[in-house]
Amino acid sequence: MQGYNFAYLDERTKRMIRRAVLKAVAIPGHQIPFGSREMPLPFGWGTGGLQVTAAVLGPEDVLKVIDQGADDTTNAVSLRRFFALTAGVATTTHTRDATVIQTRHRIPETALREDQIIVYQVPQPEPLSKLEPSRAETRQMHALAEYGLMHVKLYEDITRFGQVSISYDYPVMVNGRYLMAPSPIPAFDNPKMDMMPALQLFGAGREKRIYAVPPYTRVRSLDFEDHPFRLTRAPHACTLCGATDSYLDEVVTDDRGGRMFVCSDTDYCEERRAAAEAAA
Amino acid sequence: MSADGNGPMLRTEGLAKTFTLHLQGGLRLPVLRRVDLDVHPGECVALAGPSGAGKSTLLRSLYGNYRAEAGRILVRHDGAIVDIASALPRTVVGVRARTLGYVSQFLRVVPRVPAIDIVAQAARGIPYDEARTRAASWLTRLNIPARLQNLPPATFSGGEQQRVNLARGFIGCHPILLLDEPTASLDNDNRDIVIGMIREAKEAGVAIVGIFHDAAVRESVADRLYHVTPLQDAA
Amino acid sequence: MSAEADTLLAARGLGHGFGAIRALVDVGLDLWPGEVLAVVGESGSGKTTLLNVLSGRMQPESGVVWYRDPAGALHDVYQMSRPALRALHRSDWGFVHQNPRDNLRMRVSAGGNVGERLMAQGARNYASIRAEAIDWLTQVEIDADRVDDMPHTFSGGMLQRLQIARTLVTKPRLVFMDEPTGGLDVSVQARLLDLIRTLVARLHIAVVLVTHDLSVSRLLADRIVVMQRGRVVETGLTDQVLDDPQHPYTQLLVSSVLQA
Repeated sequence: MQGYNFAYLDERTKRMIRRAVLKAVAIPGHQIPFGSREMPLPFGWGTGGLQVTAAVLGPEDVLKVIDQGADDTTNAVSLRRFFALTAGVATTTHTRDATVIQTRHRIPETALREDQIIVYQVPQPEPLSKLEPSRAETRQMHALAEYGLMHVKLYEDITRFGQVSISYDYPVMVNGRYLMAPSPIPAFDNPKMDMMPALQLFGAGREKRIYAVPPYTRVRSLDFEDHPFRLTRAPHACTLCGATDSYLDEVVTDDRGGRMFVCSDTDYCEERRAAAEAAA
Repeated sequence: MSADGNGPMLRTEGLAKTFTLHLQGGLRLPVLRRVDLDVHPGECVALAGPSGAGKSTLLRSLYGNYRAEAGRILVRHDGAIVDIASALPRTVVGVRARTLGYVSQFLRVVPRVPAIDIVAQAARGIPYDEARTRAASWLTRLNIPARLQNLPPATFSGGEQQRVNLARGFIGCHPILLLDEPTASLDNDNRDIVIGMIREAKEAGVAIVGIFHDAAVRESVADRLYHVTPLQDAA
Repeated sequence: MSAEADTLLAARGLGHGFGAIRALVDVGLDLWPGEVLAVVGESGSGKTTLLNVLSGRMQPESGVVWYRDPAGALHDVYQMSRPALRALHRSDWGFVHQNPRDNLRMRVSAGGNVGERLMAQGARNYASIRAEAIDWLTQVEIDADRVDDMPHTFSGGMLQRLQIARTLVTKPRLVFMDEPTGGLDVSVQARLLDLIRTLVARLHIAVVLVTHDLSVSRLLADRIVVMQRGRVVETGLTDQVLDDPQHPYTQLLVSSVLQA
């Protein structure tokens, strides 16, 4: 595309972002401030993820973009097109074929590899933000590893609901040191982050923070000894492919209360269906 | 005076006390001068003298409640000799806890605390339940019945309050006891009970200094009189 | 240096000012384990500044504050690292504010408030955290079945008792109190004072208590420090200073108190 640098951002900006990414990788789970740029997208629509992807993308990369697990929603399509236009990179909907995956609110069901990078779009990078309004204070808490307050929140949930009520953006301890907000992925996806072979990068454009989980890093969801973290998913099989181990979307099919459950990860579902057909 | 064995439990040497009233332009009121007093175990010394002579002042000075202006107040405590007049405050706290007891003229009322607990809290070094039992028996002996024992003494009569005060003073089993008008608001029966308590204490070897307004009481318990003479001049 | 053997907290030569106003002038004191020290004075005496300096919350312009840790080692409070000082505040030290809302999380249940310091120290068993919270609520005379209630449903006196439970849960050896009964109704004050007296004696806690109320200091304190315009004018046994005040200002203070 004429008049634009590769992947839209100028090289100096990419360098600044890469420096932040390097720092983030060096301190797993720790939020690094960065000079978030104006992107052709409003804040709150994935500008952070966009900037991180733009900074790490190379001409040989194959890009996949998903939004709530789907490649075909408006946002996923727009973002994929954006990079196709400004970087000319190959794009794909297949997790296995991608080298860079930008995601909003899901981790693909297919296990990722060492040669892949996953970039998360993050609305609120501060895991303590709802409990402690002062950013100065939360910075101190991170610096001193004072995370009692988050456990208070879990305590309150158990008191009120009998269990932790956090269903997405469930706080995790990274590398045994930093409390991190994994972005609004469902709690169901948290275990995938633990010891993942791929590099995980997190970009929050509006809040101007970047953080990272290097490959093969311990990521533990917060819990109590006597109320351990549990996976929750709808107790159904995918109507389309029959999977019982994937995260499901509930789809309303008619106006008489009809509904079906389908895999949120469209690529995963398609793959399973294709495999079933081939076997049949 | 020695720290162990025989000899006095309490001795003052040249004790003097003058009050300086800064709010009255620095008016000086000398009350005590050159008080030399010895009290031995099992002995009861009664302070005698006209009203306003300084008997209460002397008693309070012995307890460390008033600050001595000059002189020494020596007390046998924990196997050593302590000078109340110059000791660190925390030392005096220890002396009061274990060695030196004081029964004031009026009970200082603590809100909410029942009489039995006021007394039990003064029993040192024994478990709470046992302290309560002992407190109950002291109070009963002093004619404070069980139904009153569980009430805070704020609404008690003067005599009842004083009896609670006495129970509190005696339950601690201090080797030295200072008594300021212990029978002042008591009727004859209770007065006799207190006389009995003082005699028992003496037999147990307690050294006692007391102010007894009532001549009969004084004659029953005092082994010696110490005369406190009023100082006439005011500078 | 010296702090005397066994002192828990010692201050020497404290000096501090706010602009032209000298809040502290050459103030020193010692505190031993299990001892209650009252700091009394009128507004502007410097007593609150002194409390803030002693508790590591305000670095003085001059002077030093030493603290002896449970292992017996002496530390200069203002040379300690921030993490160490903050950890201290969560464990071995406590601070009871005049307004309990300053030290409570109003949108967290009573049990959560009490359990927070335990969780901050790494407690990870829900049932035992809750059990300990209930135990402490009982000790401060709050009904155990209010453990899940929000503090905004509590009265002023209950809030103050909740603050005390929250402070004592980590069994601190030293607690700083700033007018703990200020602003409470008299009957509520009496109950609170009784509670403080009992807990402090039973748990052998050392306390630095700032108050303008002499009767509070008489009830709670073994020793008293009288401050006027930033200076210590008199110090000693509480009953001695209050019954036989030596300094003109102390005599004025004592004679000014109305008897009910």
